[in-house]
Amino acid sequence: MSKTIVTCNQLKKSYGDEKESRVVALSGLDLTVQAEELLMLVGPSGCGKTTLLSIMSGILTQDSGDCILFGHDLNKMKDDQKSALRKNKVGFVFQAFNLIPMLSALENTTIPLILNGFDPQEANSIAAKLLTRVGLGSRLDALPSHLSGGEKQRVAICRGCIHKPGLIVCDEPTSNLDHQTGIQVLKLLKELAISEKSALVIVTHDPRIFDFADRLLHMDDGRIVREETNGT
Amino acid sequence: MLRFAIKMMIGDRIKFLGILFGLIFSTFIITQQAGIFIGLMQRTYGFIADTSQPTIWVMDPEVQHVDDIKTMKATDLYRVQGIEGVQWAVPMYKGLIKARLPSGRYQICTVLGLDDASLIGGPPIITEGSIENLRAPNAVIVNQVGAQKKLSHKNPNNPSQTIPMQYGEVFEINDRRAQVMGFCKLTRTFFSHPVIYTTFSNAIDYAPKERNLLTFVLVHPEAGIKPEVLAKRIRKATGLGAYTSKEFKKLTIKYYMTETGIPVNFGVAVLLGFMIGTAIAGQTFYNFAHDNLRHFATLKAMGTTHRTITKMVLIQATLVAFLGWGIGIGLTALFGFISSSSELSFKMPWWLFVLSALSIFTITILAALISLRKILKSDPVVVFQQ
Repeated sequence: MSKTIVTCNQLKKSYGDEKESRVVALSGLDLTVQAEELLMLVGPSGCGKTTLLSIMSGILTQDSGDCILFGHDLNKMKDDQKSALRKNKVGFVFQAFNLIPMLSALENTTIPLILNGFDPQEANSIAAKLLTRVGLGSRLDALPSHLSGGEKQRVAICRGCIHKPGLIVCDEPTSNLDHQTGIQVLKLLKELAISEKSALVIVTHDPRIFDFADRLLHMDDGRIVREETNGT
Repeated sequence: MLRFAIKMMIGDRIKFLGILFGLIFSTFIITQQAGIFIGLMQRTYGFIADTSQPTIWVMDPEVQHVDDIKTMKATDLYRVQGIEGVQWAVPMYKGLIKARLPSGRYQICTVLGLDDASLIGGPPIITEGSIENLRAPNAVIVNQVGAQKKLSHKNPNNPSQTIPMQYGEVFEINDRRAQVMGFCKLTRTFFSHPVIYTTFSNAIDYAPKERNLLTFVLVHPEAGIKPEVLAKRIRKATGLGAYTSKEFKKLTIKYYMTETGIPVNFGVAVLLGFMIGTAIAGQTFYNFAHDNLRHFATLKAMGTTHRTITKMVLIQATLVAFLGWGIGIGLTALFGFISSSSELSFKMPWWLFVLSALSIFTITILAALISLRKILKSDPVVVFQQ
């Protein structure tokens, strides 16, 4: 039986103070994410996908409901405790890559290891191996501005996976990439996540990559309106 | 992460240079203006510093600073000499007298008359001749700078060239003969008149006729008696002003600090340097933080604690502060070196280094804290925004 990574019960979140201008992002959402699962969240813009991703990764606090991440109730955790949990157990891959422009591909990749107390030399060695594995062995010292979109996303994926997190959250990882590169990037993401037994939650609009999902959750108006499992 | 913080700072070249420029400019203005001010203040008591033999200066009680010439009665010298604890007390004349040069040109000079017998109160460094030369009739010793500049005369064969006053040259002080029998080196003083040393009896011959011509009584205490104690005793017994050299310097500085606009003018310049530095460094640092907000938010999302981010920003601030201060101090030192041969007064005591370092680090840490507030308050959710 696979391990539960995330459990969300009756999650509610809205933005804005005024009653008239209040936007409901999540309205009583329930969800579980299992280890080694590739879950995709799809739906129209504003349906609450990114809000859900932010809450389940511990960087946004819900208005009500529970979110249990690796057995920890995020409601009961202080900011520093949440930071420590993210540092150890969560990996991020962003739509805009979010690489630090002044740091090389290698340095960007080492950040999670450095945050987790690895010796810089050891971190460099691990990062170099991983970047070589994804075909960037000759681009270790390149700054993000000298990398193509696909290369940047591969660096971002390596950064998201390098510390072997139990959960990797990805926000539109293929939207800035062409079709071919998008498929390659997703294959790579799945390969790295599965090899580390991580759960992968991907927010996407890109139907070209739906086939990679084990489960596809369609969201609308802050709720899960339909669930598809692989093959259905 | 601190290594990465430094790379993030240096990697953004334009902002890095902007912050650095602000801090270099600020350091330069603060230290250069303060250095000139200190130099100027030290010049005000240059004559006291150069006159090292007496430990106590006795003068008219109304004297406010070393150049405030108010004479005493000749008998005041004997009153001071009669006080218990005085080892010796000698007269000194100080006055501004017009000299007529061989070229026919007039020049106001500071004339100092030393005790005929002991010649106490003479110049600290004699570059040509000897203090004993003053015993010759009408002999004077002139300060080097005065001889080379204001007492020089034009070369008749080449009017663009000046010839310094020469040893043995004869000129007139208040229509009386004076012959140069030596040159001396003095600390530059606040007023740039040439300084002429002669004996007390010569000086009162040169001086315009007045009832009283005794400017100072220079005193030394007997062994075992503290100068402060004796000065107090003289004040009490004679009603005259009596100060140790240190007290007299303080009195002089106090006068210039409270009665002239000099400290305000320099203070404004120093404050301006501080404010401009704060504005430039603060604004650029803030922009740097603002532009890097997304990167800091990414680091926060990845689990970097507020403590680590604070350390990162502070290390960035310390780095630019150290570089800005170092280069600024270097430029000020270069300015001091270049201006050392000019009329400009410039001194750079060790504590100016400390004060300027404190100012610059305050500016930078202030700028860093303002930026840090923005970074720490930023929502890591922005990492998911395109």
